[in-house]
Order: sequence, then structure tokens, then C-alpha cells
Amino acid sequence: MGQGTFAKRKASPGSVRRAFQPWNDPQARPLVEFRNVTKRFGPVTAVDGLSLSLYPREFFALLGPSGCGKTTLMRMLAGFERPDSGAILLDGVDITAVPPHLRPVNMMFQSYALFPHLSVADNIGYGLRREGLARPEIARRVAEMLALVKLEGLGARRPDQLSGGQRQRVALARSLAKRPKLLLLDEPMAALDRKLREATQFELMDLQSTLGTAFMVVTHDQDEAMTMADRMAVMDHGRLVQIGPPDVIYEAPVSRYVAEFVGDINVLEGRVSAVEGDLVRVESAVAGPLELDEDAPGFALGDTLLVGLRPEKIALSHDEPAQGLNKVRGEIWDIGYLGDVTMIQVMVGGEGGTLLKVALANRTRRIERPFAWDDAVWLSWDVEAGLALAP
Amino acid sequence: MKRLGPGLILALVAGFAFLYLPILALIAYSFNASRLVTVWGGFSTHWYGALMRNEPLLDAAWLSLRLACVSATLATVLGTLAALALARHGRFRGRTLFSGMVLAPLVMPEVITGLSLLLLFVAAEIERGFWTVTIAHATFSLGFACIVIQARLVGFDRSLEEAAQDLGATPLMTFWTVTLPLIWPAVAAAWMLALTLSLDDLVIASFTTGPGATTLPMRLYSAVRLGVSPEINAACTLMIGAVAVAVIAASLLLKRERMAGADK
Repeated sequence: MGQGTFAKRKASPGSVRRAFQPWNDPQARPLVEFRNVTKRFGPVTAVDGLSLSLYPREFFALLGPSGCGKTTLMRMLAGFERPDSGAILLDGVDITAVPPHLRPVNMMFQSYALFPHLSVADNIGYGLRREGLARPEIARRVAEMLALVKLEGLGARRPDQLSGGQRQRVALARSLAKRPKLLLLDEPMAALDRKLREATQFELMDLQSTLGTAFMVVTHDQDEAMTMADRMAVMDHGRLVQIGPPDVIYEAPVSRYVAEFVGDINVLEGRVSAVEGDLVRVESAVAGPLELDEDAPGFALGDTLLVGLRPEKIALSHDEPAQGLNKVRGEIWDIGYLGDVTMIQVMVGGEGGTLLKVALANRTRRIERPFAWDDAVWLSWDVEAGLALAP
Repeated sequence: MKRLGPGLILALVAGFAFLYLPILALIAYSFNASRLVTVWGGFSTHWYGALMRNEPLLDAAWLSLRLACVSATLATVLGTLAALALARHGRFRGRTLFSGMVLAPLVMPEVITGLSLLLLFVAAEIERGFWTVTIAHATFSLGFACIVIQARLVGFDRSLEEAAQDLGATPLMTFWTVTLPLIWPAVAAAWMLALTLSLDDLVIASFTTGPGATTLPMRLYSAVRLGVSPEINAACTLMIGAVAVAVIAASLLLKRERMAGADK
């Protein structure tokens, strides 16, 4: 796939997508429901009493480290694994015991699993032949799918005559050919290089909004999940830790695990010294007194609390910043220039204190940098920038 | 490429000579014009002509061929099923016992296999003949077929079968449209192997056969006991040719499959 083959994102106005929040609508009927599902493999509990609802037209991402149970969850939905307890419903029908070939759900495999002995067209038409469609109808649908994934003219090729990106498209076309209600994608971008991955992500989003099929992506790549998903779930040890739109997960993670898994975060330990309405005052051993604006603090005086700070929300200056901000003195320990941003590690609380990461966006083409190694600097951030996390 | 020293080449030649000189001598003497087996009387294809007029020998060859085809097919079907069970169903209850039972005939002395089958057929009052030999041959070549096919299934990407089922194929349909087309070189190789095993067998066939079902090796063996004739040499040469073709075909199939596997 060349860079020019994907169209500019069509009119998928942000406002429309923003209004798409069936999970907040009590009237909305879920497409898929996991009800208290548990799956064990010997002594290992892969999925632990998990409940989850997916909605029609939703682009859902399951995010987690390897071994967190996300692949098992997907395989249970496809029918390859049977839950030990609980139920899985599709469109209100219990499909827990339905074998894979009778489920209106299709899956794109991580390895693509293209049939090496069949041509591209026969691969795409495989599911249609199993449905017993007439030959001309199959040919028409296959041509339609080839056009959809921009592989016109490659129908007669064998999978081993295609590039990695083309193979991925064939796998996608094959899994969409039967017009499933739900498409499962297992690490769909894992085998693509970075540039191709980015372009493919946007294409996949386009495709999904055009077709209106619900997509569920399993991935360990947070960029991928955040780019594509309407809603994402972070999993750990077989449980859902947090579920919500990407911006909510990033800006309001419920735990240190989520905060550290999705994006970069600095963590400062402190003790609650005062609570004044929404404002929480924290006394930190390394950074001194800090203030946090938390909607529902739920913390009492004297509680230990972790203050989470995203690197891009910290400002860096040589002079002491204005009043009203949290500010800490520190010394620059390390500077990493990444092109778009510069990551600066600042030691606060003196030698043996805490290293804080600060991300500075490089907005100008200036080569000489305003900060250098060993500079004494001020770090500052807004009261709303800090996150209160339970220890 | 590593070059071989003269000592190694000598050892190689001696080794091959030990293995193949008798066979070469047999082939050469099948073209002997003389009636005396050990005296060279000039080149002739006379004995091949005589062979073609030897009705009992031709009957035996035809019987052996039919028997080999039927028993090889039986062994391949059962061997494929056994291999699928062993490769697919992980650690099912009694797996070790099952695999031991399937593979035991590989190491069992032929005399014991033959004798025990004979006892079974006698006890069950089954009339001995074509079908008893066929069953006996299928029994011992099943293990070989199973090993060949199982080796192929071990490297088989399970997700291909899952993809087929995901796209609406029943498990049986998945086997016909995905599994079998991908493992067929191994299945064909297993069939060839079972065919040659059956064509070659003398001991088990002798135990399990009955009147009117004399296989080619049995016919040759009884003829040799009356004295080796160049006609026998000619028959053996043809058999060597047939077996060599089958074995080479089987190994080519497996090689082709390995190369196809390496492409992925």
C-alpha cells in the first residue's frame, strides 16, 4: 500500500463521533454482553469474573500487557474457548455454547491465517462458499471486498506472492466478506512497520465508520488503541481495570497501573495535609507542599497519596514562576532530544531525590536549546494537572 | 562444501559396495543369457520374456499389487486419524497408551506380529486369504503412516483451521478444505511407504495367508528353495524398480513439502 492510496478522512465530523456514546445511554441495546465470565487454564485464571458490554457500531479496543487475558476474552467471543462460568450474549442471544462456525462474528488473526493453497479471491470467498452462495454472487462480493481494501486486480495471486501489508488487507477483506455483526481483530498491526501502521490505523477507522460494523481490537500497543477506539478497556490479570474513551483513560486513570500503562507519568508520594473543598494539599518529602484539584478526593487528612503528573503538563523555567502554581526546584539530569519533543529528566529534592520527566514540545526550529545539563530550573504545573492516585 | 579425503572416499565406496553390490549383481545376472546363475553367458532379455509367460508368478504379482493398494489405503486412512488424534488433542486420557499401541508394530518382531495375527484369525474362525493378509499389512504399516503424517501436523498452523471455522466451516469441512490439502504430500508419502512395506513383506503374509492367496515374495521364496533361476532375478529386478520408484516418489513429496514449509 502506497502513501497515496488512502483517502483523506471523509466527513466523519468529530461532533458526530462525540455524540456517539451508547454506553452512557440506558436505552441502548448492547451488541455483545459478557456476564460474569471466568476462564481458567489449569491453575491460571485468564479471565476472572469479567462483565462487559459492547455496542453496535462501536470501535472498541482491549488493551493490556501480554498474559492479561485479552486474547482469551477475544477467543471466547469467537468461540474457540468456552468459559468455565458466566455467559456471553450476542444481540441478546446466549452464544456461550454455540460453536465458532455458527457465530455471526468474524476474526482477523494476528498471523492473518491466510490459506496458502488458495488464491486471494478464494481466500476472501471462502466464508461465502460455506454459506452456499451462488458463484456469480460470490464473485461479485469478492470483487467488492477487493475494491474495499484497494487490492483490485490481485485476486488471482497466492498469499505468498503478496507483501505484508497486502496480506493484512486480504485477511481484513476475508473477515469482512460475510458482513459480520462484529469483527474481532487480534493485534492487527503487529506485523506492519511503523509508517504503514499509522496509515492503516486511519484506514481501518474509515472502513469501520463506512461499514458500521462493530470492531473489537486486541492490542498491547496503546497508541494504536487510543488512535482508533471510541472506547477502550485496560486489562490486568483477567480483570477490567478501567473502561472508557481514550481521553478519559489518559487524563483520569483510576489507578497507578492504568496511569503507567497508558502513557508516561511521574509519581510523587505525599501525605494529605489539608482538604479545602475540591482542593487537596499534599506534603511531599521531595517536592514540598503541592496542591491538587480533585472532584471527588475521598482522601482524609494524613492519608498517603500518590500525585501523578504527565510529563507534558509540567512547565520548565529558569526563573521562579508566578504565584498560584505548584512549583519545585530541581536540577537537569538528562536531556533526550526526540525531534518533536525533548524529554528532560529533572532531579528534585537533591541528590537521591526523585527524577521527574518533563516533555517540552519543540515548536520552533531553533537549534540552541534553552536548557542545558546541570541547569538549576523551576518545574511548575497547574493545580488541575496533578492526579491523585491511591498508593 | 567440504571435500572428502581419499580415506573417507574409500570407506564410502566400501560401505556402498557392501550394501548395493549384491543388488547390482542380481540386476546384472537378470540379463544373463546363460541358464546357470553364476556363469555369464552374454547379454539377453530372454528371462524377462519367460517371466511374462510365467502365469503363477504373474498372478502372484497382481495379487500383491492389489493387496498392497488396499492395505496401504486402509493404513493411510487409519494412520491419518491416529495422527490427528495425537497431534490435535493434546494430552487426552490414555494418550501414551494409544500412541504406544499405534507405534508398537514398528518395533515388534515380524514373527510375533504374524503369529499373533494368525492365532487371532484362527480363534475368530476367519477364513484366511486376501483379506486377512490385507488386514495384517494395514496393521503394521499403520504405525509408519501415522509417524509420517504426525510429523507434518506438528508444524501445522492451528490458526488456519480456526480461521476456516470462524468463516463458517464445520470441523469436517475444515478438514476437507484446509487441513487435507495442506498435509496431502505427507498423506501421499505415507501411502507410498505403506505400499512398499506391503509389497516387500514375506513373513507376516506367510503367517496370515490361506490357500489361493500367494503373494509375490512368497512365490519367489518358494521358487528359490528349488534353485535360483535367472527368471527369479528378473522378477526381483522389476520389484526393486517398483519399490525404488515408490520410495523416491515419497521422499520427493516430503522434500517438496519441507520446501513449501520453508517458504512461509
